[in-house]
Amino acid sequence: MRGATAVALGTTVALLGAACAGQGTGSQGGDDGGSSADASTITWWHNSNTGEGKEYYDQVAADFEEDHPGTTVEVSAMAHEDMLTKLDAAFQSGDAPDVFMERGGGELADHVEAGLLKDISEPAADTIGNLEAYMPGFQVDGASYALPFSIGVVGFWYNKSLFEDAGITETPTTMDELYDVFDKLQAAGITPASVGAGDKWPAAHYWYYNVVRQCAADTLDAAIADVDYSDPCFVKAGETLDETLATEPFNKGFLTTASQTGPTSASGLLASGKVAMELAGHWEPGVMQGLTEDGEGLGEDTGWFPYPSIDGQQGTEGAQMGGGDAWAVSQDAPDVAVEFAQYLLSDEVQQGFAERDMGLPTNPSASASVTDPSLAELLDVRDNAPEIQLYLDTLLGASVGGAMNDAIALQFAGKATPQDVVDAVQSAADADQ
Amino acid sequence: MTDTAVRSTDRAQARSADRRPERRGRAAAWRKRAEIALFVTPALALLVAFVVVPVATAVQMSLYRWKGFGPMVDFVGLRNYVSVLTNEVFTDAVVHNLIIVVGSILLQLPLGLAIALLLNRKMWGQGLLRTIIFVPYVLAEVIAGVVWFQLLQPQYGVIDTMLAAVGLQGPEQGFLGTPEYALWTVLVVLTWKYLGLAVILFLAGLQGVPDELYEAAQLDGASWWQVQRRITVPLLGPTMRTWGFLSMIGSLQLFDMVWILTGGGPANATTTMATFLVNEGTKRQNFGIAGAASVVLFVIALVLALAYQKFILSRDSKEGGR
Repeated sequence: MRGATAVALGTTVALLGAACAGQGTGSQGGDDGGSSADASTITWWHNSNTGEGKEYYDQVAADFEEDHPGTTVEVSAMAHEDMLTKLDAAFQSGDAPDVFMERGGGELADHVEAGLLKDISEPAADTIGNLEAYMPGFQVDGASYALPFSIGVVGFWYNKSLFEDAGITETPTTMDELYDVFDKLQAAGITPASVGAGDKWPAAHYWYYNVVRQCAADTLDAAIADVDYSDPCFVKAGETLDETLATEPFNKGFLTTASQTGPTSASGLLASGKVAMELAGHWEPGVMQGLTEDGEGLGEDTGWFPYPSIDGQQGTEGAQMGGGDAWAVSQDAPDVAVEFAQYLLSDEVQQGFAERDMGLPTNPSASASVTDPSLAELLDVRDNAPEIQLYLDTLLGASVGGAMNDAIALQFAGKATPQDVVDAVQSAADADQ
Repeated sequence: MTDTAVRSTDRAQARSADRRPERRGRAAAWRKRAEIALFVTPALALLVAFVVVPVATAVQMSLYRWKGFGPMVDFVGLRNYVSVLTNEVFTDAVVHNLIIVVGSILLQLPLGLAIALLLNRKMWGQGLLRTIIFVPYVLAEVIAGVVWFQLLQPQYGVIDTMLAAVGLQGPEQGFLGTPEYALWTVLVVLTWKYLGLAVILFLAGLQGVPDELYEAAQLDGASWWQVQRRITVPLLGPTMRTWGFLSMIGSLQLFDMVWILTGGGPANATTTMATFLVNEGTKRQNFGIAGAASVVLFVIALVLALAYQKFILSRDSKEGGR
């Protein structure tokens, strides 16, 4: 009897499964938030949905309402992943919020092409002038579409006490010095680095940085504009990656390692002292704090140094790679929404933002408000960088960026040559035309 | 389906109403139709909203180049299908699916049968053992996936630790991280997960074997092995064939376990058709390519299902007819 019930159940489940399978990619509508026809109400979506950050943003909205009588700011704070899903749905249904987050690059360009974003070059000219260094990733054909409010750069986060144990006194500045550091750590029985190649993009960051080092900025810009990646510097970047991989610095099983989830993720391994360093962005201390029981991450042992330079590189010395978030205003939002976006970049709001460690402020007046010593070091490098190259996958957009990351992950697995990676980027870019 | 159903009842109605006054017959026929419509409509509406419309949208999407927002305007005809079918990652994914279809049946059929035969004998703790075997199947696939992912962690995972304790060393990149082992590791986890279904179905089938046959065989002096080989297994045929069908469809649509364990990696060694299309759609925003891949998946599943019906399951319906 019990068996028969199970059969019936099993069959029902299987039938349901079969029925569901056909609809894998149905378009999703969605009626979340959305712009209001009422010109005096602004809808604002952000992802600081916990604790101090959420309180702060509620306060910011209230302050703005006070300064602009008759204006209401409807704030929706949501978890980052939820926000991305809801934004996609809102874009499809043509019901986007008035002020929301953009990451720049190809994704922003796609949104501009689809007519989703307002050109704010004119009304926000003053604010844009203040953010000059970070604007290129958020402009299309010379027009500005978003105001970057937090920009970080990627570099090596390391464990100071493990470095000390291995007798390393200075952080490396060239690739050869980096390989020496790997050797010393390995000799001391310490795994040098972790990388979340299971998520692909953390591995791809090595390749991006090699491109930033090996290729002159003009070469990269021209390659993207002309859809021609035949310049030898791109293959050289992959060859540098091959050299790095040959030193076998990474944690065991790095091909399936996740970047940030759980104790065996790349960040978890660094936070628990199982590896000595990891290439990651400005989010790393926060992620590590979340992965340790005492909420301290590496605490006092946290150190940071920028990606080393490569002998004979054509890229600008000291150029950094990174990215971050910007406030964009949707096409049909009321004018007061642009004012609100500018208010979010004001000295006052950005200083409060920095004091609460909510990100790395882009308004120069707020730099001094960053208290964390390793983040301050990172900020110093960022502010003095002659160029900040946006993450290449963001820059190229999801379609080409995804193909590029997949190819780089193949190179990490020893299944693709430097030329294969460039070919993959080229053919994805050709198809994207 | 419903249309023919309506028509045949209609005809039956008409035939029986032949000699009755025509008006009453017509009224009854209308009532019958209204009744059928009333009961069928909700199910039909759900089917249309959640199956027919999404399938149609996927087909439409597959003919466009579309990034997931804005109107679908960039019509590309069958180009998406060409790029899917010439994409090595996709053709490899089809091969992986077929390996899993065949591998699942080859592994789970003998194992499931053996366990079902064992558990069918009177023994102590029978109920408990049946439950233990069936538990993995009840467990949510994602949870089982996360558990196995942690168990299989290289160096720090339980399995590597146990191997190290007896002096063995797991592969450098771990079982899931080595392209040569990854698919087989996934297959082992799937077997663990779905063996319970096979066992429970076979046990149910065993209940249907009449006791008289066993008694007769015993009287004739047949050994336990002979009884199993000549009576039990042949009579389990229909159950095994039905299970094989469910297993095949499940393997073709395999997604969750692979997505959790490997995400289709390392080096695309475990990509299935479903992970391919989800990756293209949600990660790369190539919704047209994803649409085309889902249509190809649908066609492959449909063709195999129809072939299975025609060549394997049809034996059961014929037997039933006799």
